[in-house]
Amino acid sequence: MSVWVSILVLGIGCYALKLAGLSAPRGLLDRPAVGRFAAAIPVALLAALIAIQTVTERGELAFDPARAGGLLAAAAALLARAPFLLVLVIAAGTAAAIRFVYS
Amino acid sequence: MQDVTDMDTTETRRAAIRQALSLGFAVGISGLAFGATAVTSGLTVWQACALSLLAFTGASQFALAGVIASGGNLLAGTAGALLLSGRNALYGLRLAGVLGERGPRRLLAAQGVIDETTAIAVGQPDRGAARAGFWTSFATLYVLWNLTTLIGALGTGSLADPAALGLDVVAPAAFLAILWPRLAESWRARWTALAGVVIALAATPFLPSGVPVLLAAAAAVGATVLGGEGTK
Repeated sequence: MSVWVSILVLGIGCYALKLAGLSAPRGLLDRPAVGRFAAAIPVALLAALIAIQTVTERGELAFDPARAGGLLAAAAALLARAPFLLVLVIAAGTAAAIRFVYS
Repeated sequence: MQDVTDMDTTETRRAAIRQALSLGFAVGISGLAFGATAVTSGLTVWQACALSLLAFTGASQFALAGVIASGGNLLAGTAGALLLSGRNALYGLRLAGVLGERGPRRLLAAQGVIDETTAIAVGQPDRGAARAGFWTSFATLYVLWNLTTLIGALGTGSLADPAALGLDVVAPAAFLAILWPRLAESWRARWTALAGVVIALAATPFLPSGVPVLLAAAAAVGATVLGGEGTK
């Protein structure tokens, strides 16, 4: 399997998966249980993704003080009702500062 | 009264667009990291660009580059990368109801169904704002991600490390900011999020990367089964 075939298969496959979800029949979405499931999906998956991106490295659990500190700073900023962009700047700045000090 | 409602809608749309642009710029430039990683892994500049244009889902792209770098089996590597993007199908299921796009617009919207655009769209108070947020974040991310993939691929080695600037914490911080209002108002959302985190982290040592996040969908199944009518 050449690299180009791999790229094409991945590209088509990723698109097909995205489209499949988006094309779910209306009747299916109108069922209350399916609606509740679809509403809970982003909460469960994004929360999982936050954890994976913060405390794992290449498929292993790994504590990185910079990323953990950045996320904690973001949570503190959110508690203080900081606007969205400021939350991102504070998170990145904190992570960068921790890395600068410990490297 | 009508005027007030219109003003509210315009305001929610503007807020959605501002949020989408912030996230789009911050995350879009991490295409630099992908472009550089891809070329370092042994892909050509055009292969790196084709991946960003066609697959347009960061985790899967990094996964394929990683397999190529380690000289792993391409078939297994492609299957693994595809599995990683399985969550986009679930996001699509959610966005189908939120966006209500049909026909050619749906075919176009499909390419944009990823973590960031879903987060922006579901965080908005009404459909107009959700659509504005989705399309703005999709356009910003698509243009920037592809542009910076090219720049990163061409300039491998001469670039600042995105991690040194703390850019690797921007995506999780943005997801947290977007989930925040829902976590603040609802116990059900808090338990769902916590269950998702616990499932994903518990599965991480045992399963290939990408699968643990997909498995966290079980938390959403739990929320569906346990959450009675009327509870938030």
